Amino acid sequence: MAQPIVKKDDDRDDEVEYSPFLGIEKGAVLQEARVFNDPQLDARRCSQVITKLLYLLNQGETFTKVEATEVFFAVTKLFQSKDNGLRRMVYLMIKEISPSADEVIIVTSSLMKDMNSRTDMYRANAIRVLCRITDGTLLTQIERYIKQAIVDKNPVVASAALASGIHLLQTTPEIVKRWSNEVQEAVQSRAALVQFHALTLLHQIRQNDRLAVSKLVTSLTKGTVRSPLAQCLLIRYTTQVIRETAVNTQTGDRPFYDYLEGCLRHKAEMVILEAARAITELSNVTTRELTPAITVLQLFLSSSKPVLRFAAVRTLNKVAMTHPMAVTNCNIDMESLISDQNRSIATLAITTLLKTGNESSVERLMKQITTFMSDIADEFKIVVVDAIRSLCLKFPLKYRSLMNFLSNILREEGGFEYKKAIVDSIVILIRDIPDAKESGLLHLCEFIEDCEFTYLSTQILHFLGNEGPKTSDPGKYIRYIYNRVILENATVRASAVSTLAKFGAMVDSLKPRIFVLLKRCLFDNDDEVRDRATLYLSTLGDGSVTETAKDVKEFLFGSLEVPLTNLETSLKNYIQDPTEEPFDIQSVPKEVKSQPLAEKKAPGKKPAGLGAPPATLSSTVDAFEKLLSSIPEFRNFGNLFKSSAPVELTEAETEYAVNVVKHIFDRHVVFQYNCTNTIPEQLLENVTVLVDASEAEEFSEVGSKPLRSLPYDTPAPTFVAFEKPEGVPAVGKFSNSLRFIVKEVDLATGEAEDDGVEDEYQLEDFEVVAADYILKVGVSNFKNAWETLGPDFERVDEYGLGPRESLAEAVNAVINLLGMQPCEGTETVPSNSRSHACLLSGVYIGNVKVLVRLSFGIDGAKEVAMKLAVRSDNEIVSDAIHEIVASG
Amino acid sequence: MDLCPSIKNILLLDSEGKRVAVKYYADDWPSNSLKETFEKTVFTKTQKTSARTEAEITMLENNIIVYKFVQDLHFYVTGGEDENELILFSVLQGFFDAVGILLRGNVEKKEALENLDLILLCIDEIVDGGIILETDASSIASKVATHSIDSGAPLAEQTISQALATAREHLTRSLLK
Repeated sequence: MAQPIVKKDDDRDDEVEYSPFLGIEKGAVLQEARVFNDPQLDARRCSQVITKLLYLLNQGETFTKVEATEVFFAVTKLFQSKDNGLRRMVYLMIKEISPSADEVIIVTSSLMKDMNSRTDMYRANAIRVLCRITDGTLLTQIERYIKQAIVDKNPVVASAALASGIHLLQTTPEIVKRWSNEVQEAVQSRAALVQFHALTLLHQIRQNDRLAVSKLVTSLTKGTVRSPLAQCLLIRYTTQVIRETAVNTQTGDRPFYDYLEGCLRHKAEMVILEAARAITELSNVTTRELTPAITVLQLFLSSSKPVLRFAAVRTLNKVAMTHPMAVTNCNIDMESLISDQNRSIATLAITTLLKTGNESSVERLMKQITTFMSDIADEFKIVVVDAIRSLCLKFPLKYRSLMNFLSNILREEGGFEYKKAIVDSIVILIRDIPDAKESGLLHLCEFIEDCEFTYLSTQILHFLGNEGPKTSDPGKYIRYIYNRVILENATVRASAVSTLAKFGAMVDSLKPRIFVLLKRCLFDNDDEVRDRATLYLSTLGDGSVTETAKDVKEFLFGSLEVPLTNLETSLKNYIQDPTEEPFDIQSVPKEVKSQPLAEKKAPGKKPAGLGAPPATLSSTVDAFEKLLSSIPEFRNFGNLFKSSAPVELTEAETEYAVNVVKHIFDRHVVFQYNCTNTIPEQLLENVTVLVDASEAEEFSEVGSKPLRSLPYDTPAPTFVAFEKPEGVPAVGKFSNSLRFIVKEVDLATGEAEDDGVEDEYQLEDFEVVAADYILKVGVSNFKNAWETLGPDFERVDEYGLGPRESLAEAVNAVINLLGMQPCEGTETVPSNSRSHACLLSGVYIGNVKVLVRLSFGIDGAKEVAMKLAVRSDNEIVSDAIHEIVASG
Repeated sequence: MDLCPSIKNILLLDSEGKRVAVKYYADDWPSNSLKETFEKTVFTKTQKTSARTEAEITMLENNIIVYKFVQDLHFYVTGGEDENELILFSVLQGFFDAVGILLRGNVEKKEALENLDLILLCIDEIVDGGIILETDASSIASKVATHSIDSGAPLAEQTISQALATAREHLTRSLLK
């Protein structure tokens, strides 16, 4: 075992209680193991010694190679004994030592003898041990016996053989696959667990043969499956088959759904849960399909078993993310779980309620949570904070009570991660809900008055510097900031100085007072603080009430032109070989080393499945903007209007994975092709995308940026830019192919060959659509906003959407078509409703605010009709929205 | 894709979080120190809960842990976050009850350590390399017990010296108490 040797410090635990292993020591036990060699074996004593050895291993002690070999050889002697108990311990010991291949031979014959023994217990265990330590060559010798064992009439023997088969399939699949006849026979076994093991093995043998799996599932779902475990397994296989076969589009029936639904009435709770969960996880599950599953889960919520309550609430929590309306029926049961003894259950219940709650229940819910927050651990609190943030973004009108809640918990005790989660949430709310800005900033100000975390203080000060000056009364923040200069450590003082300077630069009336404050900072005892104060005093001018020059603002607020990591490496290099020349920032490479992508692609292991916070949109736009402005060719395109979500241009699991992000500028469009090379033996160079824009007449290619090299498994972008008429939402279809030079890579050395071959790879087409020109921007009070825009450029029309699967599906389709932000939670359609109103808001290219009111109705034949009312400042834009819908 | 329910580890800790017997099946914790850290976190996280009448459940690092306590012994079974909680629970219940049978209802740390061989065999009979072998407590116990009855062979069959050794053992044990 390749474990680091851990010294067990026995002297530390001065146990008072008696333990049979008191004062046990490896050396002494190894000495004791000599009894294994006695001609007159004392089975009892040998058992005890083995137990001691196992105890040592169990406590984390490790044996050296020599020790392990010695013990192993000694243990093999014990096969002479006929004692049952000792034999079992010997088996256990051999498995723990896991002897090397050349040692295995010594026990093979003994184990093979046991495999054919008349004692069932010997047969079962010998098979398990032998299969654990054996390799391919040996396996062919014993294969015959294992096949026999699989169909043995003793279930323990059969299970042992099957379980061993499951393990061996990983290492020697070609041999195990030859056993499928026997395994198939075992599936029919009347012993519950044999069936379970046989089913597992059979499925694993056939898993790559879809047809075979489908047949297996079809026959078994009709037959009898005995053990609950096997039934669970079958449910999992069934869902896999469902996933791979399409829904019957005519009748809307899902194959095997009836089977899953039938399992909801099984007598074992394990099976009911598995089936309910399987149903909730079906793709595009309909409300009708969901209802029976939700009903059984609701029953589980009031179970006396915590495990069952947990399982149910966890499943419902997941459902609430996609189908909040379906879960609302359980709200009453869920509310009683808030006081559950088990905090995991309570937290899941709360976050579920936060997801399903409607606007009116927010206040009541917050009251309940406040009492709950004080007695749970930080990790649960973070989950709740995340859920509250999402809730607040969903119901912007309720920001007041939610913001108050956040500020209250911010004042209470808590660790760094928890506080950070709260601060982050407040920052996001301030960004997304304009009305919440002033109160949010004040809460943050109060927090830094008494904040023990330097990191958070500096973050907040930085944020305050950017947002504070834009508020109605910037003056009131100055006190909080200057207090930091007086009271805090050097790091916080320095960032407070920067924040003061930002206020000075942005708010001309405050400038003289800021000047006085900054001058005081010149006497600070920290270099950095003094330096910053000096720097800002000289950049801000003479302290009179004049407007700050543009370049000064740029200096204070603009982001650094070069990526920080690049600057860091350049500076390190500069320090390493000292020269007389001053450091030149122009020498720093501006190319971003594909970090933003790597960050985004990071496998989304969501924290415990409890409402992972949505990535903030603005931050990704920031990242893209930085990335694009770092490329000289694209810098003069102006401000980035919108970046689309990535569109996949390749199937999953192809040689090269490519997706495209569409960046829209006023007069340009830049396509960012994110490429990933999935072949370890290849290095791609000079990667470009050849775009055929013949079906996009208004676009003309103006430039591209090839990717110099694309090693294995490191995603990197290549860009192509197009020019288009200004302000016009030009649409079109683009076909693409990836062009590159491919070089072989020697996997052993990791070096690529010098010569490469030019190659091309066809990608799928994509389109620039009207929705790409609309930004999702929410409004906090739709009614007010609607009235402010006025009816001058209102355009109303009615559309027939034809037969649809459901109202919700139709609503979603229109939202996606328009690419606008649904407001006030109107995107969720209550189940079974015949009509629905949906409010959307967005910003059209050219910074025109657009509001949309949609009224949907559905009739018995599932025909959907829609009334669309658009208001904006510009009639052309209002018409354009209608055009999108009319042509969509 | 492996759809078979799998167990990541089975832990039996004492009332201070120290190991009585543990068995890991998944490679999530490659070294002993990582294993010990995991046990410690699990223990501190669950310590304050009362899992004595009904088994309790919690999540930790994308794992689901079901657990039950009795006297000074803490039983844990860990599975992946997508695992069916009730399957894990059935393993825990099988383990818990089987130990109860094997220790003749006297489920406490001292008794468990004295019969550590039975506990280890018991774990061995419940799960094999992460695959559930058996969850029925009486079947598990009977598989383990078949030989322990033999090993506690009638005194008549023991040689004199063996009998003496046994007697001496009992004596030291009672003195140490």
